Amino acid sequence: MLAYIIRRLLATIPVMGVVALFVFSLLYIAPGDPAAVIAGDLATSEDIARIHAKLGLDEPFLFRFGNWLWGVLHGDLGVSIFTNLPVTQLIGQRLEPTAALTIFTLLVSIAFAIPLGVVAAWKVGTWIDRGVMVIAVLGFSLPSFVLAYILILGFSIELDWLPVQGYVSIRDGFLPFIAHLILPSIALGLIYGALIARITRASMLEVLSQDYIRTAQAKGLAQDEVLVRHALRNAAIPIATVIGIGLGLLISGVIVTETVFAIPGIGRLTVDAILRRDYPIIQGVILMFSAAYVLVNLAVDISYTLLDPRVRY
Amino acid sequence: MAIVPAEIAAPIARRHWLREAVRRHPTVAAGGVILVLIAAAAVLAPYLGTTDPIAVSPVKRLRFPSPASWFGTDAYGRDVYSRTLYGARVSLQVGLGVAILSTAVGLAIGLITGFSRIVDALLMRVMDGLMSVPPVLLAIALMALTKASLGNVVLAITLSEVPRVARLVRGVVLSLREQPFVEAAMAAGTPFFRTLWRHILPNTVAPVLVQATYICASAMITEAVLSFIGAGTPPQIPSWGNIMAEGRSYFQIRPYLIIFPGVFLSLTVLAVNLVGDGLRDALDPRLARRM
Repeated sequence: MLAYIIRRLLATIPVMGVVALFVFSLLYIAPGDPAAVIAGDLATSEDIARIHAKLGLDEPFLFRFGNWLWGVLHGDLGVSIFTNLPVTQLIGQRLEPTAALTIFTLLVSIAFAIPLGVVAAWKVGTWIDRGVMVIAVLGFSLPSFVLAYILILGFSIELDWLPVQGYVSIRDGFLPFIAHLILPSIALGLIYGALIARITRASMLEVLSQDYIRTAQAKGLAQDEVLVRHALRNAAIPIATVIGIGLGLLISGVIVTETVFAIPGIGRLTVDAILRRDYPIIQGVILMFSAAYVLVNLAVDISYTLLDPRVRY
Repeated sequence: MAIVPAEIAAPIARRHWLREAVRRHPTVAAGGVILVLIAAAAVLAPYLGTTDPIAVSPVKRLRFPSPASWFGTDAYGRDVYSRTLYGARVSLQVGLGVAILSTAVGLAIGLITGFSRIVDALLMRVMDGLMSVPPVLLAIALMALTKASLGNVVLAITLSEVPRVARLVRGVVLSLREQPFVEAAMAAGTPFFRTLWRHILPNTVAPVLVQATYICASAMITEAVLSFIGAGTPPQIPSWGNIMAEGRSYFQIRPYLIIFPGVFLSLTVLAVNLVGDGLRDALDPRLARRM
């Protein structure tokens, strides 16, 4: 088991290497002169030359890449073009709201989506099943920021139940913390929840048609016992997989959601960086999110043994 | 008693095929109708009572929806109805463009990697790397380095969709290679490219077509997201994401600035998804939805 974990950890190195090489070489393969684009329309040729030098575009590619990678491996993601602050420091300052929003959304989506998927599979063909599937299709079609504005309009402006925007740290009180997270996490989590509910339903449908489910029912087990202990446990692996893969959706959504709800997290940092074309920040954010994605999916792979003892490494 | 089959078949056959299709697949039909309407609105935008979508008129700024301007006017006095109809052009162009480009490139990569071990090992590592970057972020990185234009938006989104198509096609090719009919074709001495063309490619059409519709839907959302955060279509071209981005600061007093383009975007994406679900059920009932 330990050997397997180590092997899998080592296998993430080439993947992260590709990500690093890619974000780095974009500076070189992007059409046109990125320094000119970054400097903007009003820049003088000196400005462009300065940014050129700062990004190291004058030096040979491999030399530059080697230096940069060495820095990244030592926790140095470079320096912001505009504020001259280290990127790691900028990301560190904004980490808390993003982590809070992502984890809260993750938990809420899973807590709603799996029971909905189980019930839909159990009551397949009924109005409950159709209702869940309609929500799932809508979840894929309603962009998170459109949903976010509809929610703000309904729950904050019309009903005045929840705050319109902003973020309150958990240190400043638990209730305001949750109150500020409810609408963002619904907007962000709908597509993720829809994905999980759909896979849960499909996976459960497959398991529920197995002989051992009929046996369990025939010997008189309670329905919830059959559903949870016999069916859900055996349907768990595809669900765990999609929870990991779907994290990409959540990360992409965080950027927009933070913009709509004015949450001062990494998404806002990214959007501000786009407007100023502060590429080192974007580079750092991509590396960080990709590493998080790869590690979560690694954890999911490892969790297979816990979910299903038949899976051995 | 022998029943003559024709007696049973006749009533169905006599029914109009269109009505029959709507009765059997109401959601697909609804999706198709919405799509046709939106496409018509995009193509016929100049003839549908619109004014110049970029004509600024400061006197008429931030007017609520009225018979004069159906969806109201924005902060520059531009007609939101006209902008929304013209915005449909951007979404449809991006959706179709990304769907076609990423399928073509993904198909090529998938076919090659399905057949060559060395290329497979190399290209699939690259694809794994690209897939571990959240799609919107990948597009953001490219957009931050290039000038804002519709073509660059299509390229940026395509780049993030290609690995998914490549993986799908590679999977299909790998399983097809083991099929008796492919082995038979090879054993009979069919030239490699002929095998590829006649036996492999046709079998990838169904899953790729389904995937292409989902890509089209997600590309339209990604374009809107990019434009909304200022990394997408340039401001002088009205797109649904742009209109919403400009309406952001007025949302509390003029919610229609966001609601109208938002509803159009959601309806279009919903329609494409419904058609995709219909295609999937028609072409291969067991094909799982891939993301």
